[in-house]
Amino acid sequence: MIKKYFYFLLVCFFISCEQSITPVETAIEDKILYLGNGTEPQDLDPHIVTGVPEHNIIIALLEGLMIANPQGGAPLPGVAESWDVSSDGKVYIFKIKDQALWSNGDEVTAADFVFSWKRILTPSLGAQYADMLYILKNAEPFNKGKIKDFSQVGVRAVDAKTLRVELNNPTPYFLNLLTHYSSYPVHRPTIEKFGEIDTRGSEWTREENFIGNGPFILKEWQLNKVLIVKKNTNYWNSNIVDLNEIHFFPIDDVSREDRMYRSGYLHLAYSTPQEKIETYRTKYPDHLRIEPYFGTYYYRVNTLKKPFNDPLVRKALSLAINRDDIVNKVMKGGQSIAFSFTPPDKKGYFPNTQLDFDPQLAKNLLREAGFSKGKFPIVELLYNTSEGHQKVAQAIQQMWKLNLGIDVELVNVDWKVYLSRELSGDFTISRAGWIGDYPDPNSFLDMMVTGRGNNKTGWSNPEYDNLVKLAASAKSTNERFKLFREAESILVNELPVIPIYTYTRVYMLHPDVKGWYPNILDTHPYQFIRLEK
Amino acid sequence: MLSLIWKRLITVIPVLFAVITITFLMVHSAPGGPFDADRVVSPDILIQLNERYNLDAPLWEQYFSYLGNVLQGDFGPSFRYPGRSVTELIFTGLPVTFELAVYSIIFAVFIGVFAGVIASLRPNTWVDYLPMSAAMAGICIPSIILGPSLSLIFGIWLGWFPVAGWEDLPGDKVLPVITLGTAYAAYCARLTRGGMLEVLGQDYIRTARAKGLSESRVVIVHALRGGLIPVIAFLGPAIAGLLAGSFVVETIFGIPGLGRFYVQAAFNRDYTMILGTSIFFSALIVSFNLLADLVAAAFNPKLREGIYNE
Repeated sequence: MIKKYFYFLLVCFFISCEQSITPVETAIEDKILYLGNGTEPQDLDPHIVTGVPEHNIIIALLEGLMIANPQGGAPLPGVAESWDVSSDGKVYIFKIKDQALWSNGDEVTAADFVFSWKRILTPSLGAQYADMLYILKNAEPFNKGKIKDFSQVGVRAVDAKTLRVELNNPTPYFLNLLTHYSSYPVHRPTIEKFGEIDTRGSEWTREENFIGNGPFILKEWQLNKVLIVKKNTNYWNSNIVDLNEIHFFPIDDVSREDRMYRSGYLHLAYSTPQEKIETYRTKYPDHLRIEPYFGTYYYRVNTLKKPFNDPLVRKALSLAINRDDIVNKVMKGGQSIAFSFTPPDKKGYFPNTQLDFDPQLAKNLLREAGFSKGKFPIVELLYNTSEGHQKVAQAIQQMWKLNLGIDVELVNVDWKVYLSRELSGDFTISRAGWIGDYPDPNSFLDMMVTGRGNNKTGWSNPEYDNLVKLAASAKSTNERFKLFREAESILVNELPVIPIYTYTRVYMLHPDVKGWYPNILDTHPYQFIRLEK
Repeated sequence: MLSLIWKRLITVIPVLFAVITITFLMVHSAPGGPFDADRVVSPDILIQLNERYNLDAPLWEQYFSYLGNVLQGDFGPSFRYPGRSVTELIFTGLPVTFELAVYSIIFAVFIGVFAGVIASLRPNTWVDYLPMSAAMAGICIPSIILGPSLSLIFGIWLGWFPVAGWEDLPGDKVLPVITLGTAYAAYCARLTRGGMLEVLGQDYIRTARAKGLSESRVVIVHALRGGLIPVIAFLGPAIAGLLAGSFVVETIFGIPGLGRFYVQAAFNRDYTMILGTSIFFSALIVSFNLLADLVAAAFNPKLREGIYNE
């Protein structure tokens, strides 16, 4: 009797658990894209947020004057119909498309941009990305409260559809910069309905209130679960938008994301477990994507601490690192060894520096700096909790021990502790990484100018500062890149930062997703993406 | 009974006060602040942010200001989610965590009691050893191992259940509930077995059997009531534990519960959110322990007398 019941229950169980069709399998019909998107977005206000997950959503909901080119290269026109540049390269006149509308039907105007740029630059808003617009005339003094009158800032509406922008210097990457969400417009009546120009975190970004001008509109936002956007029929280029919806899943656990991808709940797994890359390379070659990325993994040296204030010591440390081994035996994710601080961009800037592996020279340099074997103090190497950082740190610990006889103490701390120690200078050497905000060497090299917040090394070189400054006002791209190459040489010679490898983006993408191209900023405007077998 | 409840509730006040004070001091002494970011925030902006969130005031002033707000039921704004209040976030995550806990406890009690009763009826035979060995395994395997293993087998290899989500797809609750409930089911099984063995050896059970009652009637009607007392006493702390400890399972299966907010708040140094959720969880744990005492008393007359005499 019991046996009979048991078998009956077993059969019921198997029937009830019949394999269902996964969302990815039905996606082509429904035209819904399922994306893993790292962490839960902090907010959807382009003037408040700072992270990549937020960027991925905001480019669906809002659009600036320009759109990032999905295949890299020159940006594409967004709400800007056309633009003229003055002969000195400092003044841009943008014509805004007549068809550019907000999702409630209002026209997108030049005044929207003036209001929006005033908003992000208003000191009391406390926008962390306000400095992205410091290239505008008087933007920095306005943001720092030194001038109060916004009409002195280099942006004004000539008429409803004409925007005049004046820059401090000719800035060749200005149009690229306009693809960044910090320059996106926000809908003034909505902002003012829920607060003042400087109100942080008002309810305007809630699903019932959000007014955008991007290819999608906010449909649903369930915290820690999913954020859904749907096609915006008022978008000026809605004809080319193929997707009906995009579902962004906030998945901060790499293993869960991997499981979700493999069981058919995602078209894109934002990151892939490092230990699985080799397996996936052979098992899912048409899913695994390894693409160049505009970022450098490096070690930051506190140059205010002895003996690291001596460039010979820093150079010795760099020469004792076998970058080939780190890339090929430790990381195994298609990363390339770094020979400069700025990652080389095949379509643009290509630094002519070199970072060799030469243990003998390293030993000699260390001796020259006054350290014979066994005399060097124990080095503290700080990194935040991550398997990848730990593996690299362990490998370098071995290399320095083997090649220079230096003892390294690894210090693993949580993210906020790591940030706090770096910021206060309470470190000797720390791991670091930098991803460019826009595809220009300035995004890297400007960071190491004396006194810049992100420098954090205490390093200062007036010649370097001068070269970066001169590059900002250079007349041609060739001249700019030449100046940048000279600055890069100084950096690689003095090594306040020791570049290790150039990042790659390693992720899983379903082969049915078309129009998703590799590009160094990893930006994929959704209006160009479609689902097809 | 009412005076007993009242007396117990009064003791909650110093407990919550201690929780607020200790948590407040701990979060503020932890290195790293809520606005520390990879891309350094300029000092001017940091001043504005600190001013906005009252972090520029002396610590004692911040403490009393927070205490005053809590007494008025205001847990303050979240630092991580600029447009959301802590209260809103708690009430976003709580129903999900609560639902997960309720299903898990139902699963635990159903499986645990069933296994415990079966084991107690044939002590020291394979009918006893099998469920008790399984229970031991259930106690030993942590959810951080069990969850991904279940996902791998039943989600990826067999494709029977979704590996993540909550209330989106049919069957998406199965794996999280099993993962969270297994250890508690194991405890229930062992407690039930122990309780049943004690009761089954008593005189009134022998009398019932002697009167010719069927075995099922003896077990279900007469023995189970007494045999379940240890399980009932365990339920209060178990529910409290499930509510407070569900964050691992919520992370494994991507469940938008309160536990995930709690963990994220700690990593993000979201001071108000850490404090708000700590207070909330403490209140829940104290309440469920009290509730468990009352239910146990209702089942056990001896216990009831003891509590009244307290």
